[in-house]
This record gives sequence, structure tokens and C-alpha cells, in this order.
Amino acid sequence: MNILVCIKQVPDMESRFKIAASGTWFEESDLAWRINEYDEFAVEQAVQLKEQLGDSDLTVLTIGPARVKEALKKSLAMGCDRALHVVDDAAHEKDPFQIASTIAAFAKEKSFDVIFTGMQSQDRGSGQVGVLVGELLNIPALTTAVEFACEDGAVTVRRELEGGLKAVVKAQTPALVTCQLGLNTPRYPTLPNIMKAKKKELLEVPVNDLLNEESRLTALSLTYPEKKGSALILEGEISDLVDKVIGILKEKTAVLAK
Amino acid sequence: MKALLVGEYREGKLLESTYELIGFAKQLNAEFDLFMVGSKDQLPQVDAKLYLADVTTVGEYNPSLHKQLILEAADKAGADTIVFLHSSSGWDLAPRVALALNAAQVSEVVEVTADGYLLPACNAKLRRTVKSATAKTVVTLQGGAFMAADPGGAPQVEELSSSADGNTEFGGYEQAEAGEVDLGKAEIIVSAGRGVGKPENVEMIQALAKALGGEYGASRPVVDAGWVPHDRQVGTTGQVVSPKLYVACGISGAIQHLAGMKKSEFILAINTDKDAPINEVADVLVVADIKQFAPALTAKLEG
Repeated sequence: MNILVCIKQVPDMESRFKIAASGTWFEESDLAWRINEYDEFAVEQAVQLKEQLGDSDLTVLTIGPARVKEALKKSLAMGCDRALHVVDDAAHEKDPFQIASTIAAFAKEKSFDVIFTGMQSQDRGSGQVGVLVGELLNIPALTTAVEFACEDGAVTVRRELEGGLKAVVKAQTPALVTCQLGLNTPRYPTLPNIMKAKKKELLEVPVNDLLNEESRLTALSLTYPEKKGSALILEGEISDLVDKVIGILKEKTAVLAK
Repeated sequence: MKALLVGEYREGKLLESTYELIGFAKQLNAEFDLFMVGSKDQLPQVDAKLYLADVTTVGEYNPSLHKQLILEAADKAGADTIVFLHSSSGWDLAPRVALALNAAQVSEVVEVTADGYLLPACNAKLRRTVKSATAKTVVTLQGGAFMAADPGGAPQVEELSSSADGNTEFGGYEQAEAGEVDLGKAEIIVSAGRGVGKPENVEMIQALAKALGGEYGASRPVVDAGWVPHDRQVGTTGQVVSPKLYVACGISGAIQHLAGMKKSEFILAINTDKDAPINEVADVLVVADIKQFAPALTAKLEG
């Protein structure tokens, strides 16, 4: 089976973000970068599928500037066979339709049987790219998977809906699956696998070889949220904080009266 | 703007979220029609045109067929804006409709500004403003971002039927097994987030909950990691709660979590990051490491 997993490198969400001079994106220096959390589940599921089937080939793809190679290397160390880096220094200016078009242009010649993506990215969170890739390739796209199985040329997923409800959905391959948090337990690359990964194929292709579409969205600005919060902020020594909190709970709530 | 609002229906019931879509259109003073896959027995109460596809023939889940029906309704309505809720149904369908219409999609809108649409970015730490560069636009609305319209009136129904084959097979729903606790009934909830650091530390959250006379809960990452059972998860995919006191321990405040607890009467948050989004809903934010603060508070309460 021929498998593709599409990933994105995003900043660590614990970071303190500074708005860039352009006013439409954040300053990229001083940030720690990692694989989008949802995509780690996608990589793990792709590797598990490859292990289940045996005779398979697993490609990992990402789009972005030179730094994204780190995300590809980690994916190779987790068990992907080969990597494709679509080189684009301005990937953050592309809209979801352009990102999906780029992936679909690569995938359409390769006849992948199963394609995995995260259900959304942590930085932009549009939730569009996976579904758009499926639609552009005219294959079924099953979203928000929290369980995945592949048998006899068909994939079955449990989609996570709201309020603890799940839906069971099945499609014949080729198919695309978008992965929700908690789908599996992503592995940590071991040292031997990190060493092995260094010998695996990592190809580069310029984005313009694949992308031929204009953006459908115009980014106007990036801002900090208005501080709606009127939270009283308490800082200091733990023992003082404890006393203050107990005082506030007594005054503002009835919960300590009992 | 002429909007087509795509209402939601599941397990034989109209979903209340449909009224948020109507609230959005009313807030913008936009002309609107509705579309839904549903039943004549479960019509939204609104004075508007409703394109209705009968759920018994088209099914509750069949994205390629539902896409065709929405396109047909959008065409009949002359809609330039197709509006979904940013839900498991909305984010599944919206990109399919957008692509078929060569339209931009704007996801998880929290506000409409003079220039465009305001969206969260980077786990709600930032906001983006974007506008559509296409003739038609598909938008999905963040749950709870727009005030639901009051039900009232009766729709003018036009039935749609379509028979396109789907490329997916729906195998039914599964409800999470009832657990040991119904957080919806708890008056005090103390919830653990990523900030607790490791599974053993969940015990200090349980201890604090006990000292306060409440139940303990958790945010999604803690449940996904298997540290706390799913029936204790607070958020849109877990339980929506509104206790008298909610204590958020090391929870940064992802949108899905906030939507599940922001109606609590009093919210105490403990977090090392005072810029964390939990600050938007908290009454009191204690800037501290929960691993130090929780045992100290428990000891004092028990003392």
C-alpha cells in the first residue's frame, strides 16, 4: 500500500507571540518549532498502518521554509520511509486552498491508497486542508478520526462528534483521513531510529512546481485579543495566595460556608 | 449579503446551534434562507424560507450527497454566503461546498468587523482578520460566538430531493458509556489541565476537589493521555458544565474547554502564564505553579 501523511510545523503554543512588522503574521525568530500536535497523531497512525500491512511505502510531506526539515526528520525517525519538503519561504501567506492544491498536485500522480492529515493546525486551525485535498483528488475524506482501522481495502473510522458521541464511518480506499487528538499514542523516536532516519530519502521541490492557484483569502491583520477578562490577578508567595483565595471564596461564593 | 444558513440535526432532533446561525444573520441584518437535512416534525421556529431534505431518504451523514443538496439550495436562494457552525458537521461539509463554489472559506469566525472576519489563531492567543477574495464565501461560526436568536415563527418549507451516490458508508452512532460521575450535576468542579505535568499529580487535584466538597474533572489533553477517564472531560466533546465554583488547574483555556465551562458562576484559575486564554473567563487568576498551589490550598482547607 502507498501511504501519504501531510504535516505542518507550528510554533510551540506556550510561546509569547510578537506581531511581525507586516502586521499580518507573528515574528518567527525566538520561537520553538514543533510538529503540529494533530499531525503527530497522523504520523503515528500512518506508521501503524504501514506496520500492520508490511509491504508498504510511507511518504511524509510538508510545506515551508528550511526549518520544516526538522519536522520531516522527526517523522522519518518515527517510521516514515521518505520525505518531501515543498520549499516555500512564504508558506504562512498561503491560504488553505493553496496548501491543499499544492498537496493534491503532488499526490495525484502518486496514487496513494490512504492519506492522513491532522484535522487542523494549532496556529491557524482552519480545519480545511485535509477535506480539500480529498475533494481535489475526488476520494472520500473522513474527518475527525479518534479510531482508525484498515481492512480489505476499506478504512473505518470513528468520528468524534460533540458531547461524547461518535459516528462510525467507512469508505473504500483510496481515502483520506483527518486525525483528531487522542487517536493513538504518538511514539518517541528512538536513538537507533534517529540514526537510521539520516539515511532516508528527503527530497525538495520548489512550491512553484506544484502550486498554480491564487489565494482566495486576504489576510488583513494579526492582533492580540481584546482583554475581555476582568480577572483579578494574584501573584506572590504561595502561602499568601492561599489565604487570599480562601478569603475570596468565602466572600464571593457560598461553597466554603457548608 | 444573502446568506444560506445550514442548520444542524442529529439523532432525530433539531440542534439548538441552528439558532446561533439565525442570530448571526440577524446581527448582520442579512437576508437569509435556511437549509437543513431534517424532518418536518422538527422544524426550526423561524420566519424564513427553509430548504428541507428529508433525513429518512438522504441520511444524517452523507457528505457528498449533503454537499449536492446545499449547492442546490444555495443556487435557489441566490446566496453569496453559506454559513455553517464550526462543529464536527460544519467543518466536515464546509470545505466541500467552498471548493464546489470556487469560494473562499473563513473558518471559526468569532466576530464580523467593518473590514472582514475575525478569527482565533495560535490557540486563541492571537486574532486574525481576513476577508474573502472570491464572489461567494463559506463561513463557519465558532460555537457560542454569536447570540442564539429566540425561536419564533414558522418556516416556509420547500422540499429538496437528490439521489447522488455517496462515497462513504454511515455505520451509526456510539454514545460514550455512562461513567461513575455526572459532572453536569456537580456544584464544585476542580479540573486538571496539562499544567499538572504527570499522571501522579492528578491525585493532588482529586484531593483539592475532596477538600472543597466537589468533583474533579479534566481538560482534553489530560483525558487523551489517559490520566483521567473520559466521563470527567469538560468541554464541547465532553461535558458542558455550570457549577457554582469551577477551579481550572493548569488549564490554558482552549476554545473547546472554555465553551464547556464558561457559564460557571465563579471561576478560579491557577496558571503560570497570566496571558493564557483562561484569563478571559476567570474571576480570579492565581499566577502560580499548580503543583505547589494545590497541595497548599488543600492543606489550609483541611487544616
